[in-house]
Amino acid sequence: MAVVKADLGACQGYANCIMGADDVFDIDDDGVVVVLRTEVEESERARVEAAARSCPVSALAVEDR
Amino acid sequence: MARTVIVGASVGGVRTAQALRAEGYRGEIVLVGEEEVAPYDKPPLSKALLAGTATAKSIGMLPERAAIDAGIRCQRGRAATAVSLRERRVQLADGTAIEFDDLVVATGARARTSPWGNPPGVHVLRTLADAEELGAALRQGGPLVVIGAGFIGAEVASTAVGLGVREVTMVDPVEVPLSRVLSPGVASQVAALHERHGVTTRFGVGVTDVVPRSGGLEVRLADGSTLQAATVVVGIGAVPNDDWLDGSGITTDDGVVCDQFSRSVDDPHVWAVGDVARWWHVRQQRSVRVEHWTNAVQQAECVAHNIVHPADLRSHAPVEYVWSDQYDWKLHVVGCTDGDQQHVLVGGGAPERSFAVLYAAADGSFTGAVIVNWPKALVTCRRSLALGRVPLAQVRADVEALQPKSHGVRGAAR
Ligand SMILES: Cc1cc2nc3c(=O)[nH]c(=O)nc-3n(C[C@H](O)[C@H](O)[C@H](O)COP(=O)(O)OP(=O)(O)OC[C@H]3O[C@@H](n4cnc5c(N)ncnc54)[C@H](O)[C@@H]3O)c2cc1C
Ligand code: SF4
Repeated sequence: MAVVKADLGACQGYANCIMGADDVFDIDDDGVVVVLRTEVEESERARVEAAARSCPVSALAVEDR
Repeated sequence: MARTVIVGASVGGVRTAQALRAEGYRGEIVLVGEEEVAPYDKPPLSKALLAGTATAKSIGMLPERAAIDAGIRCQRGRAATAVSLRERRVQLADGTAIEFDDLVVATGARARTSPWGNPPGVHVLRTLADAEELGAALRQGGPLVVIGAGFIGAEVASTAVGLGVREVTMVDPVEVPLSRVLSPGVASQVAALHERHGVTTRFGVGVTDVVPRSGGLEVRLADGSTLQAATVVVGIGAVPNDDWLDGSGITTDDGVVCDQFSRSVDDPHVWAVGDVARWWHVRQQRSVRVEHWTNAVQQAECVAHNIVHPADLRSHAPVEYVWSDQYDWKLHVVGCTDGDQQHVLVGGGAPERSFAVLYAAADGSFTGAVIVNWPKALVTCRRSLALGRVPLAQVRADVEALQPKSHGVRGAAR
């Protein structure tokens, strides 16, 4: 298992992460990312990391727990 | 051990290196960049960095520690000057050479230079050094004349207003700002936004000359009028950095010419990523070159995958997406929104400052959108475009359903 972290203050609502992994990320009415699941399986890690790399303000991180 | 050499150390190059590791690449990765400074990100250069709310450090993309941890060897301050495909080598300006198994060209683009000369006070904006020089100039006050009302010009004008620069003028020979991506109606709303913030707009008239004059600059316009300036920013587009490949046998034509897999048409182990790549877009059935951040990142992911999985090549066929921050507006453009396509306007919670303009092809299918200050609508539109061929009426209903219930504002249709 890996843990997904979001810096809500940094998020600018570009929605790139959602396009990469909409089962893990969503956005609220104010345009701030919502992490739908904080834990992801190792098998999905590469895909979720790619979604995190697509964030223009580096607001997302996928870390070992 | 296999080695991938990536030339160009901004977002395209850095993300390719990171994605290679994420894909399980075990070979050596060498990231070559001509700038001395550590890799940094460009969008903030016309926004937070110019405004002084971001620093060179905060816009860094690959701290030294992260590079070491990922096994990415960074070669800073070394420009690539030539490639020999036969010897599988990249030549560097310092006389050394690096051998490669795969080569990724990620050298981006440079600002198109001022056709009116470069007397002191004339700036372009592409690099961190450009942004620092321009920021220092703007802190001396105005007047500022911005030539070119594309994304960069419009953002510089907006940031300058935020810095307290008085007398900001935007000049462009076309009638409306951002005319390459916005339809005239939306573009005139952007023009009105600038005017509300005190920017003078001189659209529909070209610049004929910029001349030094009594401690400042004079910008001469085609209608015979002149503008006095302390600082002039020339934002008239960018040119791909592909000249260093001349004579290498790698075909360039306004960018490195690639197939649908972002692979040079001349060599299956030469790839291109980001602003310098011109590739065959299968969905659009034409070759395109795109100067947007998200395109560079997605192309980097695609190329990294293709290098690691040569038997399972992926096409790069993204949905276009670009954002721009101007004053308190967040402007997002997705898909295809130019020209004279049919479109409808859907108002958001506060319709004068949050809305979506949805575009459709002749057959009624949704092709793209301009979204202002409405992130949820952005998500809906990007999803619909990713699905492809969704009827406009459907997207419109989905976007209208997003309106915050409490406001009770009805979407104004047009
Ligand atoms: C001021 C500004 C604001 C922007 N704002 C936005 C925005 O809001 N949204 C958006 O979507 N896009 C924006 N963009 C566009 C986005 O930044 C680019 O699409 C993106 O940077 C492209 O990345 P790249 O890596 O392909 O090229 P570049 O960022 O151009 O990087 C290329 C790198 O290669 C290096 N290089 C060049 N030639 C050589 C050589 N021969 N040898 C070694 N190194 C070399 C350069 O020094 C540079 O570091 C903006 C661009 C600018 C300039
Ligand atoms: S990509 Fe980044 S900025 Fe955009 S919504 Fe996701 S976390 Fe926020």
